[in-house]
Amino acid sequence: MSDVVLHIDGKDVTVPEGTTVLEAARSVGIAVPTLCHHEKLAPYGGCRVCMVEAELRGATRLVAACTHPVEPELVVRTRSEKIDRIRRSVLELLLAHAPDSTRLRELAREYGARRDRFEPDASFCIHCGLCVRYCAEVKRKFAVGFVDRGIRKEIAFVPEIAAKECNACKECFELCPTSYLQAAFVLVESLAFPRPAETDRTEG
Amino acid sequence: MDIQKVDQIIDKHGAEASALIQVLLEIQRENHWLPQEALARVAERLRVPASRIRHIATFYKAFSLVPKGRHEVHVCVGTACHVRGATRILDTLQDATGILPGETDAELKFSLETVNCLGCCALGPVMVVDGKTHGKLSPAAAADALKSYE
Repeated sequence: MSDVVLHIDGKDVTVPEGTTVLEAARSVGIAVPTLCHHEKLAPYGGCRVCMVEAELRGATRLVAACTHPVEPELVVRTRSEKIDRIRRSVLELLLAHAPDSTRLRELAREYGARRDRFEPDASFCIHCGLCVRYCAEVKRKFAVGFVDRGIRKEIAFVPEIAAKECNACKECFELCPTSYLQAAFVLVESLAFPRPAETDRTEG
Repeated sequence: MDIQKVDQIIDKHGAEASALIQVLLEIQRENHWLPQEALARVAERLRVPASRIRHIATFYKAFSLVPKGRHEVHVCVGTACHVRGATRILDTLQDATGILPGETDAELKFSLETVNCLGCCALGPVMVVDGKTHGKLSPAAAADALKSYE
């Protein structure tokens, strides 16, 4: 595979074709914040905290660094007024769900995001999918997954699988960017109260 | 729903994982809902993780994880039907069936749902029962229409 030369924050970076912008930036020590990224997992692009400006032939686009593949002559800016504003808004939205997450609050301090900009709806889950994807891609157990969609989307363990596998593993707990306890709670909930029917929708 | 019927449906699609949604749709059509045993069978035969099947089955409104009635009643409460009295139609149907939207009666005869538009606003107020459209309804006509279903 051939190498690609691109420019990130004024630095020339040479990486193999197929690398993502995020990996390229990190290879030269440029930090890009992420929440849903994990080295062992396929890029997901779920949290949008890694948004960067990518300029190609004069046209600037906003892309998620963790999913965007490098291109020759690409000019990437990982910090700018615009990027900071976007990350701030993204963080404020995420904070509405997990107002007490240490990771989120660290980033919020850096980007000046307010915890109370949006009405809190503390579900503690920001749908980063780390636990779901780790269980599927690394452990290959598929014990935890998403259910439902839209504003009702949440994680849930499959009781039959979780009862056998999870006690010895629990590796997904510490991946959670919001709360170690949250995954534990959902696991216990799924085991103690396997959901027969309540996932069905009652509204029209 | 017996497992043989589930197997038949799975065989028809060559037990391909890519046919998952088609298989689920067909089970839903045959049985009006997706029982746990059927889903477990599908997971086993199609080699798809149970968590993935559950994700899909809860994602699409076409699927139900609780028993549904033999007849599905969809009452339009979109803007056009609303101003033409959909609320009264819905009230009448709730009285006639004894259930609220989203529910199924104890005899598994009717399931009642509201929908936001059926695309035939000129016929409002509209309801669809098992795919058949009943238009320009009065509360009495709506209650009458239900009587023809067993």
